[in-house]
Amino acid sequence: MSKKPADQPTQTETTGHSWDGIEEYNNPLPRWWLWTFYATCIWGLIYTIAYPAWPLVERATGGFLGYSTRANVEEQIASFEEMNAGLEEQLASMDLTTLGEHPDVQNFAVNAGAAIFQNNCSQCHGSGANGGEAGNGYPNLLDDAWLWGGTIDDIVWTVTHGIRNEQSPDANWSEMPAFGADEILPEEEIDQVVQYVLQISGQEHDAEMATAGAETFEYECAACHMEDGTGNPGLGAPNLTDAIWLYGGDVDSLTETVTNSHFGVMPAWSEEFRVGSGLEDWEINAVASYVHQLGGGQ
Amino acid sequence: MWNTAKLVVLGVLAVLAALAANYGRDLAYQVHAVIILLVAAGLFIATLRRWDEPVPAANPNEYMDGVIRAGVIATAFWGAVGFLAGVFIAFQLAFPVLNFDWAQPYLNFSRLRPLHTSAVIFAFGGNALICTSFYVVQRTSAARMWGGNLAWFVFWGYQLFIVLAATGYVLGATQSKEYAEPEWYVDLWLTIVWVAYLAIFLGTILKRKEPHIYVANWFYLSFIVTIAMLHIVNNLSIPVSIWGSKSVQVFAGVQDAMTQWWYGHNAVGFFLTAGFLGMMYYFVPKQAERPVFSYKLSIVHFWALIFLYIWAGPHHLHYTALPDWASTLGMVFSVILWMPSWGGMINGLMTLSGAWDKLRTDPIIRMMVISIGFYGMSTFEGPMMSIRAVNSLSHYTDWTIGHVHSGALGWNGMITFGALYFLVPRLWNRERLYSLAMVNWHFWLATIGIVLYAASMWVTGIMEGLMWREVDAQGFLVNSFADTVAAKFPMYVVRGLGGVLFLAGALIMCYNLWMTVKGQPKTSDQPAMVPAE
Repeated sequence: MSKKPADQPTQTETTGHSWDGIEEYNNPLPRWWLWTFYATCIWGLIYTIAYPAWPLVERATGGFLGYSTRANVEEQIASFEEMNAGLEEQLASMDLTTLGEHPDVQNFAVNAGAAIFQNNCSQCHGSGANGGEAGNGYPNLLDDAWLWGGTIDDIVWTVTHGIRNEQSPDANWSEMPAFGADEILPEEEIDQVVQYVLQISGQEHDAEMATAGAETFEYECAACHMEDGTGNPGLGAPNLTDAIWLYGGDVDSLTETVTNSHFGVMPAWSEEFRVGSGLEDWEINAVASYVHQLGGGQ
Repeated sequence: MWNTAKLVVLGVLAVLAALAANYGRDLAYQVHAVIILLVAAGLFIATLRRWDEPVPAANPNEYMDGVIRAGVIATAFWGAVGFLAGVFIAFQLAFPVLNFDWAQPYLNFSRLRPLHTSAVIFAFGGNALICTSFYVVQRTSAARMWGGNLAWFVFWGYQLFIVLAATGYVLGATQSKEYAEPEWYVDLWLTIVWVAYLAIFLGTILKRKEPHIYVANWFYLSFIVTIAMLHIVNNLSIPVSIWGSKSVQVFAGVQDAMTQWWYGHNAVGFFLTAGFLGMMYYFVPKQAERPVFSYKLSIVHFWALIFLYIWAGPHHLHYTALPDWASTLGMVFSVILWMPSWGGMINGLMTLSGAWDKLRTDPIIRMMVISIGFYGMSTFEGPMMSIRAVNSLSHYTDWTIGHVHSGALGWNGMITFGALYFLVPRLWNRERLYSLAMVNWHFWLATIGIVLYAASMWVTGIMEGLMWREVDAQGFLVNSFADTVAAKFPMYVVRGLGGVLFLAGALIMCYNLWMTVKGQPKTSDQPAMVPAE
């Protein structure tokens, strides 16, 4: 390679070639670059001796530190399981109404229940358990309105068997008729009963239509929603006199509900009905305890 | 004779495509068959009509620049399309309502996301690599491109690949392998195009009039050869039917995952790093009018980079079914890769020694320098994120997205913009660019856009990583996934705005380049072949 004389601004030699006017200096490798490169190579060698690294015929080298990601995880899980084993057992078999008398179990149940809720329930009920947007069909679990009962045992039952599903034969079940779609009531009477529902829930309404609607309500709706409209948790029939609406409480929403009905489903969560992805007994008790203490538990 | 052969091939292709359109089992496949039918039939008719026209002989003493001009236009066009798609899906993440009901499922995030990544990497980046490599290899070899019109085949064949890939994603044809989504027949077509590309590049190097091969060409060649290998191995699959787009991967389970990330990481290593280093090694010294800093460094960092990159893939699979030993090796090679990557940065930046004053006066140099800066930053960040302990926090979070974009927008984007600003006046024989002030605007919009993007993704990435792993004293998770999504919202908006700035800069560039070609006075002299020295 022919070397060119010193180049003007930097006093360095080039390699003597030129490609389309581009030349190259013959500068040495920067020392700091080279030494850092060597250092990373040496570090790499040591690291591969310390940790599992080189594949051999039968198996890979294990490294002198005995490191294993899987063993680490197993160890962590085992330590928590050991710590919690007694509490899980206690929680699975105890009478939950006496939870308040066992603060350590209660604390464990609520913390575990919160995590179980985040993983399994928040998708529908929201991560804050408020059910998300009002009227979307997912109940708010923070208030004291309970479709299927709000005692801790009611909540355990609902979580275990779910609502209107095909999984558990004991799922909470009821079905409101589609009064309009199935031609049980003419449109006019539906409008009247809607006005009556507006009246008993304390909203603006047409008094004349509401009076007419009261009669329809008595023989078509009162069987489930009760004569005073306060509902029946045994049948999952909501209270119609409060301001809480699962599917909306305005004229259009109510008309839609009475005309076509709704059929909200909740899965059964017990592992008895969801092989492989269900909750164990202590987990159901935990999540029920968590939901029960959110504010509205009876 | 040549025309007859062409007619036979095109005719057979058109008939096969018609059959495929008829028997096609899914929408994507049928649409693709119709596209191929139209292209083949159109070319068939065009060939027939030009049967008697004399073919003008190419001047062997001139560079073949027509195809490069087409490549420059394609690069700018696909860049704008890809950035627009990116901005849109960024806002889809912030505002899910933008997954329009009327466009279900075609314009959902899930289908537009691969459209965005392929548009920016393969359409924008790929066209940039192909056209600059054609430019560089001719100039630095002082030889006209080998293979004549084969270069046009590569150009149009590659565009066809892009169209088939993009329409396939929207219509639901995908292998579900990141950056390798196109289905089997599109992969086969790309293989043919790529082999032709390799032949042209090698052919031109072989007929060079310079005694030595310039460093830029080493990088381009390593990119072309390695991508061919990666593409073929990662796409080994068996079609369910020749009349349908669906195929089944040959590898299964963790072997498939390992193959995918061996491919995926080296798509970054050889497509977005080696290829673009080739670009850097030509355009930076040309624009700075300074010699390359160190020939020795270029040799050592080239071979170290090529050797080490190919092993780094397993760092994408830390804490998975991948055995620990493979994960360790992937991490160690990634960390050792740090200095070889920085060799390119040093050579690029130090090339400016003696010309630093140009940073003040030349916005194009400024663009190239900041691109090298982003290259250095992401090639430090990458090895750091490959470390198992860091990865346990960063993996699956937006930090990865931020890392990718500081590399892609900062390094690949900026160096390509610099190259386009360099190329357009020369390829169209214009005295100068339409507006340097616009280049300056582009520079600042893009830079601020990248900073907004990267910073917001660092924040959300580390935040969601910490939220995911947070457990209470009894070992229970504290946050739900939805909590982390809700917490990220403000940063998602910031990221989208960063994208808007970057896109705005690119559109200004397109206008500037357009006006350069349209409105600037022509230079009188045609570029002649440079004699070897």
